[in-house]
Amino acid sequence: MATEQSTQTPATAPGDTRIHNIGYRSYDGPRLGRGYARLSLYSQSLRGSYGLGRSVKSKVLPMLLFVVMCVPAAIMVAVAVATKANDLPLDYTRYAIVMQAVISLYVASQAPQSVSRDLRFKTVPLYFSRPIETADYVRAKFAALASALFILTAAPLLVLYVGALLAKLDFTDQTKGFAQGLVSVALLSLLFAGIGLVIASVTPRRGFGIAAVIAVLTISYGAVSTLQAIAEVQSSGDAAIAWIGLFSPITLIDGVQSAFLGASSAFPGGVGPSSGEGVVYVLFTLGLIAGSYGLLVRRYKKVGL
Amino acid sequence: MYDPTVARLTYRALLGRRRALILGALPLLLIAISLAVRALAGADDQTAADVLGGLALATMVPIIGVIAGTGAIGPEIDDGSVVYLLSKPIKRPTIIYTKLIVAVAVTMVFSAVPTLIAGFVLNGNGQQVAVAYTVAALVASIAYAALFLLLGTVSRHAVVFGLVYALVWEALFGSLVPGARTLSVQQWSLAVAQKVSGNDLVTSDVSLTTATVLLAVVTVLATWYAGQKLRSLTLAGEE
Repeated sequence: MATEQSTQTPATAPGDTRIHNIGYRSYDGPRLGRGYARLSLYSQSLRGSYGLGRSVKSKVLPMLLFVVMCVPAAIMVAVAVATKANDLPLDYTRYAIVMQAVISLYVASQAPQSVSRDLRFKTVPLYFSRPIETADYVRAKFAALASALFILTAAPLLVLYVGALLAKLDFTDQTKGFAQGLVSVALLSLLFAGIGLVIASVTPRRGFGIAAVIAVLTISYGAVSTLQAIAEVQSSGDAAIAWIGLFSPITLIDGVQSAFLGASSAFPGGVGPSSGEGVVYVLFTLGLIAGSYGLLVRRYKKVGL
Repeated sequence: MYDPTVARLTYRALLGRRRALILGALPLLLIAISLAVRALAGADDQTAADVLGGLALATMVPIIGVIAGTGAIGPEIDDGSVVYLLSKPIKRPTIIYTKLIVAVAVTMVFSAVPTLIAGFVLNGNGQQVAVAYTVAALVASIAYAALFLLLGTVSRHAVVFGLVYALVWEALFGSLVPGARTLSVQQWSLAVAQKVSGNDLVTSDVSLTTATVLLAVVTVLATWYAGQKLRSLTLAGEE
């Protein structure tokens, strides 16, 4: 069968005794290849994370969360300009920690949106019938969600920065804070995207994925901050508080930035990890990001078939 | 008003296969944390009240309520299999009522029971803290299940809206705007708990009468409206 098809040339081959020759021709133009397919998947997933190219209803939530994320920054700028303050009311690095509920909700709603529906409608094998590999799919989805999160978390920082410059606050000071804030939210975006995608890729049910992601993010934070508060009351030392902080994503980011990015810690007592503990924090964060990437690749090795 | 077959199907949808494991993971975590706290800090009434109030009642009960309440009806509407249920000669309000009973039962089992165990682990029910928070969890289970079941019939994004209510409204606005606390299931159930414990370890911003009236009104109204909503349900395609 296969050999017959390959020898069959369309149209007017002499001695062709077929009754029907509807002239199928194979495509011999340029092929855009793997890189292009990956880029398309990336850009489509990124657009999808904000509801672009989807129905009006699915634009509401991500856009609303984006606005909710930026409005407090705008208000702070307005206050700083109006009162002619010497500094912004909130550090750049602190902003994402304060707004963590919004960020968690965004990850929880968009991570399942990005991967669960492909699983539920069994479209994953169709992706792999294109010239992309498992790793390409995972990388594209991971990068898309991380970029979407970075846009969500960096936009209010940009508002703060532009506002601070307009209010004629100290340029070098503000630029330094802004750069530190950007590094911190980039790390946060990668970490949250990894955790969200790993959980969402396990379940084909969107609603269930949302609940699972939010449960992991908030319960771990609730547990860690409760234990830290108790450790502080019991005065078992800053070291205990710092070690407990390793076990939830947001306190992990808080620890990294208060150890290396000059942020004031949101830990009870206001004492973040020392730089020795900070190294553990950074390693732990990078390990979690790499681990979630590895888990995703493993998961899609199975479901891709 | 109660249909055993619908109940059985709902139980299976909520607890079947791996669901029960995930629902069970949260209570286990709470008990593990209580054990750790007891080992680290010893029995202390204030600590016990903090852990139960901050972790069990403020975080765990709403999340389990969201999973059980929306999970009782949401997935069926989502994948369209609800038409097979609706085409049976059972009254729509009966379906809602049965699903509510199941959701309440699941929420109670997975939130109130571990709260009680955690309370006993933490301080052996000193000053009635464990019992008070268990009562609060029981009361909150009913209201949350009714509220989130309604959300499940109204919106396809019920889980998100449920979580927005539980996390943003109750936790964030509740701590910033005092007025928001009057409209919070958590505070209403705390008012009942305050009455049970009878001391100032458990406090609420709402008076007991307001709380009971609001709890009853919200539960009844949400169930009634969910029944009405199911009578005129339109099935939409996947977005």
